[in-house]
Amino acid sequence: MSLVAARGLVKRFGDFTAVDGIDFEIYRGESFGFLGPNGAGKTSTMKMVSCISPPTAGTLTVLGQDPKTKGPQIRARLGLVPQEDSLELELSAMDNLIMYGRYFDLPRAEIKRRATELLEFTQLSERANEKADNFSGGMKRRLTIARSLISDPDLLILDEPTTGLDPQARHLVWERLYRLKSEGVTLVITTHYMDEAEQLCDRLVVMDRGKIVAEGAPQALIQQHSTREVLELRFGMNGHSPRADAVADLADRVEELPDRLLLYVGDGDEALAAVHARGLAPQSALVRRSTLEDVFLRLTGRTLVD
Amino acid sequence: MALAATLRVFPAGAFGSRRAVHMLERNALIYRKGWYFLVSGFFEPFFYLLSLGIGLNHLIGTVHVAHTAVTYAAFVAPGMLATSAMNGSMLDATFNTFFRLRVDHTYDSVMATPLSVEDIALGELSWCLTRGSLYSVSFLVCMWALGDTQSAWAILCLPIAILTSLAFASAGMAACTFLRSWQDFDLVMLALLPMFLFSATFFPIDQYPGWLQLVVRATPLYQGVALARGCNLGVFNWAMAGHVGYLVVMSFAGIVMTSRRFRKLLTP
Ligand SMILES: Nc1ncnc2c1ncn2[C@@H]1O[C@H](COP(=O)(O)OP(=O)(O)O)[C@@H](O)[C@H]1O
Ligand SMILES: [Mg+2]
Repeated sequence: MSLVAARGLVKRFGDFTAVDGIDFEIYRGESFGFLGPNGAGKTSTMKMVSCISPPTAGTLTVLGQDPKTKGPQIRARLGLVPQEDSLELELSAMDNLIMYGRYFDLPRAEIKRRATELLEFTQLSERANEKADNFSGGMKRRLTIARSLISDPDLLILDEPTTGLDPQARHLVWERLYRLKSEGVTLVITTHYMDEAEQLCDRLVVMDRGKIVAEGAPQALIQQHSTREVLELRFGMNGHSPRADAVADLADRVEELPDRLLLYVGDGDEALAAVHARGLAPQSALVRRSTLEDVFLRLTGRTLVD
Repeated sequence: MALAATLRVFPAGAFGSRRAVHMLERNALIYRKGWYFLVSGFFEPFFYLLSLGIGLNHLIGTVHVAHTAVTYAAFVAPGMLATSAMNGSMLDATFNTFFRLRVDHTYDSVMATPLSVEDIALGELSWCLTRGSLYSVSFLVCMWALGDTQSAWAILCLPIAILTSLAFASAGMAACTFLRSWQDFDLVMLALLPMFLFSATFFPIDQYPGWLQLVVRATPLYQGVALARGCNLGVFNWAMAGHVGYLVVMSFAGIVMTSRRFRKLLTP
């Protein structure tokens, strides 16, 4: 059974169409991603799924119910980590969780028990009684995740869970989300990081300008839309254009970015040898596996993070 | 809580649910650390009344209202009660709501829970009224202790003060959803100050020229002042039903408008 089903979902703000008729279905126990650059319409979609913002058109069913009429009942079973942290900065970490639990009508004793567990889970136990205002970005994010779990939701929605965090803080969040995933929590994650999408999502949709441009498991998408490997060449200041032509026949496809050439090939080392054999001397060369970033570039002609 | 009961006469759900009580809990939790603000609110009216009683009673002596001579303090006290109900609830409803709406985004995080926009609006209004009622009770006790209450009917000043609070809190909350920046609060002050000065709070209304009397009679604060003064003296007339009607309609319009505006801003 699907937990979320959308058909022709549209969100307009005045004349501007932020979400332009998208279809998707999210199943119990999976971890589902929305990958797309800033402005793709991910947050607008999450606000509709979390029954905060009403759809302009299309049909949406969340947990088998209609958000139009059952908003509060559905929200009672959702956990949301919004893009912007909105903690009660004047309150301690513990009080943040207690207050949030009260919005869900949970009894105080039960909230306390869960809050203690969740602070442990998000590695904030030692700072439980400290004001949230004093927390670092990563700690605030973890507290927001703990908060979203206080009602033991059937579906956890995370809007850009690690944007703006340093690598160490990101890995800590990923590790916790991975734990939730392995415990069978259904996750919906939006991100513009392809590595986040690849690591955390079983299945994802790639969004661009309000539309879904591809859908599938990360590896399947890569196989379908890209080659096995990518050879990245940098030629320094003197430009790539003449060289793009010079190597075009060595690859399935060549993408030209401002600072480098991307050669989509089956075997990167072999292609690099061929480049050298032609007497071309790139300043640097890198052979890597194809990623979702390459899929996005292929489908939209643009990069995920500008 | 009396207010929650008052509001329950409206159709169920249209103006929020039982969950609104969690907004009260939230504010109580936040203000737990700032309890001295609450206490200072209790002492403020006491100092006002004391200074008026000591200073102005000697200067001014007695004032005639409804063919009764009363001391100036007894004349001005019910007016001050209504005025402080207005000021307290307006400040609460505008500054605090603006902060939570635009700066802190408190309501955005509440919107992800089972609470509805109506619950948030109702909860916040209840908080304003709970606080306002506490102040009004302490004000009335001070009036009584200083000998400024004129009859047993003075007890009715309390529901009058609460109704005045409700009218201003709901209108203020609706108005504050239109404010864009802190500078816009000058507009709120611009509306409050003349009302404070020209609402027959400090002088009997017949001291004003005829045209100004008409303006004063149209202001919302005048309704509260006239009601509180009448109740204090135990002198009632039909005009008072009109004053009550005015404040009830204003409250109702404010609540409807607040819910509408919250819906527009919080569920984009
Ligand atoms: N409340 C709003 N009013 C007007 N435009 C909006 C509003 N919210 C989002 N948008 C616009 O919709 C587009 C998609 O935004 P968003 O859903 O936040 O994208 P993403 O989360 O993928 O970055 C953006 O161009 C944004 O400016
Ligand atoms: Mg976003």
